[in-house]
Amino acid sequence: MTATQTNMKKIIVLGATSGIALEVQRQLARLGCDLLLVARSPERLADLQADLSLRGAATVLTYSSDLASIQQHAGIFEFVRRNLPDFDTVLLAYGSMRDQKDSETSVDVLLQELQSNFVSATAILTLFAADLERRRTGCIAAITSVAGDRGRRSNYVYGSAKGALSLFLQGLRSRLHPAGVRVITIKPGPVQTPMTDHLPHNKRFADPEQVARQIVRALERRSPDVVYTPRVWRYVMTGVRQIPETIFKRLSF
Amino acid sequence: MSSQSATSLRRQPASNSPSTRILSWGCYPKTAHLHVHKPAWNDQVPQILQAASPGSLLPYGLGRSYGDSCLNAGRELIDCRRLNRFLAFDESTGILRCESGVSLSDIVDMFLPKGWFLPVTPGTRFVTVGGAIANDVHGKNHHCAGTFGTHVSQIGLHRSNDGLVTCNAEYNADMLHATIGGLGLTGIIAWADIQLKRVAGPWIDAESIPFQSLTTFLDLSRESNDRFEYTVAWLDCFAGKSLRGIFFRGNHAGDAGRKFHPRRGPKLLFALPGWALNRYSVKAFNAAYYKLHARKPGATVVSYDRFFYPLDAIRQWNLIYGRQGFLQYQCVIPETNLEAFEELLDRIALSGMGSFLGVVKQFGLAPPAGMLSFPRPGLTIALDFAMRGERTLQLMQSLDEVVLESGGALYPAKDARMPPALFEASYPRWRSFVPYIDPKLSSSFWRRVTEAQAQ
Repeated sequence: MTATQTNMKKIIVLGATSGIALEVQRQLARLGCDLLLVARSPERLADLQADLSLRGAATVLTYSSDLASIQQHAGIFEFVRRNLPDFDTVLLAYGSMRDQKDSETSVDVLLQELQSNFVSATAILTLFAADLERRRTGCIAAITSVAGDRGRRSNYVYGSAKGALSLFLQGLRSRLHPAGVRVITIKPGPVQTPMTDHLPHNKRFADPEQVARQIVRALERRSPDVVYTPRVWRYVMTGVRQIPETIFKRLSF
Repeated sequence: MSSQSATSLRRQPASNSPSTRILSWGCYPKTAHLHVHKPAWNDQVPQILQAASPGSLLPYGLGRSYGDSCLNAGRELIDCRRLNRFLAFDESTGILRCESGVSLSDIVDMFLPKGWFLPVTPGTRFVTVGGAIANDVHGKNHHCAGTFGTHVSQIGLHRSNDGLVTCNAEYNADMLHATIGGLGLTGIIAWADIQLKRVAGPWIDAESIPFQSLTTFLDLSRESNDRFEYTVAWLDCFAGKSLRGIFFRGNHAGDAGRKFHPRRGPKLLFALPGWALNRYSVKAFNAAYYKLHARKPGATVVSYDRFFYPLDAIRQWNLIYGRQGFLQYQCVIPETNLEAFEELLDRIALSGMGSFLGVVKQFGLAPPAGMLSFPRPGLTIALDFAMRGERTLQLMQSLDEVVLESGGALYPAKDARMPPALFEASYPRWRSFVPYIDPKLSSSFWRRVTEAQAQ
């Protein structure tokens, strides 16, 4: 059996209350999947559990935990082992995008951003990777960002954390390949979710439903290792990466 | 400046100039809002209410109200569309609990395959539950099922003073009564319990019958109301002296012997130029529409979406009226006053500004579900008029005279210009509604029709 034949039935979502995750979960529920949702707020998880069950999910388990806090990861993993030991897919969907200016003036904020977007993500994925590698099956997908493809003046803290996570996933992919475990890097462009509400919107902001559809398709069947969503961002970022640094540093976006 | 459709909601960085552009379905009036809050969870709503200054907020759903009842010009909106979760469903009773931003479309998609349908549905499925309650919407089954609010047994309401309040027949019954048809002014609906209805499937046994006079219409309507769950008529107000129309009636059908495929129609991507709709093109359309239905009258089995939501087949159909937008005029006139109804049609015909969406329905006798509910015994007619400036407004003023004199009423959800006096006459109880308004909430409509009188 090859890795691309994962039948995707039992899915763990880390950061289940994030804007993109909400849409992905709805579509997975419609497919009748088993879901295990991890997020901070127990009240929100309860609402999600009700909604996704009514929308067709076979089972919806929830575990309330702060994913940015690495001390809590053991508890999450223990809960998974006890309740959904034969999971086949892990989707990492949490992240934090605070005003870049705050990170420039406060090292605490800067470190928190790196902690939630990069450090904690590598920690929890390492736990799940070991389990899937041992079972020689499954799929790990993580939502990073096109912001990680190039450091920009306006958003380089978030960008560097997501870019680092993309690099981490590259290596992880290579490590898990012999075991037949897929690793998918999902790089969305700007999406209309609560995370981006404070930004001035324009036509580039994608509909979360469309983004989720592409993610679900990537989880379901053979897909590129790196998924840009909406697709146009693959070409945009290819172009953006070509710009010489001496010019790029003068650009104000 | 590019015109924004109601669906492309924006949230701009905090600024003091009104910039966020949200339009209602009629694309008139053109408004700017200071800010749009977009809570994704009910637990975020109290904070938004707390932080707001008095009279600054209004809940907003899918923006299908035609005029300014869903707008709050120069102030703020709470976009409720992310509050769209189903919370519970009782298979034995058919009661669905869901958040207020759930759309009727979502409910149908999810529950029709399980054999449940909306107790009452308006002519579009793209409205939210919150909007359906706030406007106490009606449908083709008003004569036997009443309004949407009749089937809402319980709600959770965020109030700026009292937190999340549960309202049902036992607790806060008056607040429930005020919120149904309350134009979103009594609070932010967190969740609602809706009584769904058992149906055999997605099919409707439908009949269409051409008619040539108002009395034939009334005879048809009276005769059909006992035997048919759904009745409505389309009216050609361009046929000159001789009135004509098509009467539609239907019941839920069992198996149609064929498979149901949901349709996904085309979408109008941009506003048509203003001249595209003129008296000749509309006249031609109406004649063709009439002939199409008159040629093959009789009974057929059609899918529910064709029967209930013919206009939803073209997404953003409102753009055919062009950038200037359009106004809808929906009134109800007591049946005892048929001359008034005829007078209304005469004035429209005389103006030469009629529309291709003349919809007529005989309301039932059910008592109103809310304090400010629009439906009441009588004949209701809804007409669209392209916005052509002063002369469109003048025609409506002349229609107002007829409605006022007949003892009728106008529908706030469709209105962008009714004078305070007509509101007063239509909703004489509005002053007893005022104490139920949440101090943090207000709307363009409400200020327009009440402010002069409140002073």
